[in-house]
Amino acid sequence: MIHFVVHEEGDGVGVVVVEGVKAGQELVGWIMDDDKDVEVQAKSDIPIGHKVALKDYKPGDTVIKYGVDIGKVVAPIRQGEHLHVHNVKTKRW
Amino acid sequence: MARDLSKATFWGYRRDNGRVGVRNHVIILPLDDISNAAAEAVANNIKGTLALPHPYGRLQFGADLDLHFRTLIGTGCNPNVAAVVVIGIEEGWTQKVVEGIAKTGKPVAGFGIELHGDLDTIQRASRAAKEFVQAAGELRREERPLKDLWVSTKCGESDTTSGCGANPTVGNAFDKLYPHGVTLCFGETTELTGGEHLVAARCKNDAVRKKFQFMFDRYQEVLDRHRTDNLMDSQPTKGNIAGGLTTIEEKALGNIQKIGRKCMVDGVLDKAEEPSGPGLWFMDSSSAAAEMVTLCAAAGFAVHFFPTGQGNVIGNPILPVIKLCANPRTVRTMAEHIDVDVSGLLRKEMTPDQAGDAALECMLRTANGRLTAAEALGHREFVLTRLYESA
Repeated sequence: MIHFVVHEEGDGVGVVVVEGVKAGQELVGWIMDDDKDVEVQAKSDIPIGHKVALKDYKPGDTVIKYGVDIGKVVAPIRQGEHLHVHNVKTKRW
Repeated sequence: MARDLSKATFWGYRRDNGRVGVRNHVIILPLDDISNAAAEAVANNIKGTLALPHPYGRLQFGADLDLHFRTLIGTGCNPNVAAVVVIGIEEGWTQKVVEGIAKTGKPVAGFGIELHGDLDTIQRASRAAKEFVQAAGELRREERPLKDLWVSTKCGESDTTSGCGANPTVGNAFDKLYPHGVTLCFGETTELTGGEHLVAARCKNDAVRKKFQFMFDRYQEVLDRHRTDNLMDSQPTKGNIAGGLTTIEEKALGNIQKIGRKCMVDGVLDKAEEPSGPGLWFMDSSSAAAEMVTLCAAAGFAVHFFPTGQGNVIGNPILPVIKLCANPRTVRTMAEHIDVDVSGLLRKEMTPDQAGDAALECMLRTANGRLTAAEALGHREFVLTRLYESA
């Protein structure tokens, strides 16, 4: 069973694709472009469609998804935590 | 195995100008806001016709007025339209729209309300509409090669599942259509922000790249002139954020999945501008669903792929909008809106090739006459893009 998907190897986030992910749950991810599995333990409840951090981040870090910069970290994020608008912002506009 | 499209055909209505439509609408097109009442009365009188009310058309000027005419004339010229009745408050601008549509060779008649009043206008326009709808009923579909089909795309209420499921499905379908000489279109200028370099890299040559960059920069200037914050409530939208998208860059990279991995950007269009040949075209456009789809219809596209994550319910009066979705929750809670369920992609139960084929299968069935979910549910959003205030 797949809990989250990752676009490509090297991306720092996965997208949760099942409902009801809870903190403490062991998650299995699928790296789509490379057809490989990856595992991470959820440290937050994460809604379907939202992102799980696959590594630790500190403020100022860049988040990579699709192999491309998707924004800057504005609050510390630990691996397995929910990564969203409360800790990541756009670098544009 | 991927679907073989080399001999694929569809059944469409061949118009006098050579274009092929997949619907046979007789539309009652108001020139301006104050002609909506008469247009809707005519559509009520004559069954099988369709009024396209909208709120604009008075005291527009310059490029904004040009776009108004281009959108109305383009809508009338769309091959999914068999005939058009135009109603405007006065004769001059009404005839300008009539003449623009008449170049296609299809039946079109215009009626000005001034010196007649609504009731007389409705009566005269209804008589013309009755003739048009009866004649349109005698037109027959004929088998046409795939290259005669024009296909546009735009996504909406996207979430992260759009970028890994529904959008790459459209991309897979576009990559398969492109070699067969199909005319394809994408747009959503501001929604490429953060991935514009990837689109620029896909442009066929420097001239196309330069024109794309001009359109992109022009739209960024509009944002810079008017924005009061970092667009945190607009782009991404509240719905996008609820669906898990965090930044415009992330949304853009998901958006760009719709143009696949192989097809090149062959040309750049201004809003509602008709492409001059086959291939993949970028059209400068708003990222608001109804505005963008209305512009695609006005540019002449006959079928539209609309991937969604959270469940945008949009349709268009003349352009069939095919909804694709990979979010299992949306597919479950909003099933009646979804034409192609590709949620299996995210469970590893479906390959990208199978998802792309499912999209193409639905596209051909839709082209052959099957109503889309949006058509069956009566979604007829006709939304004209404005560039600035009226005079």
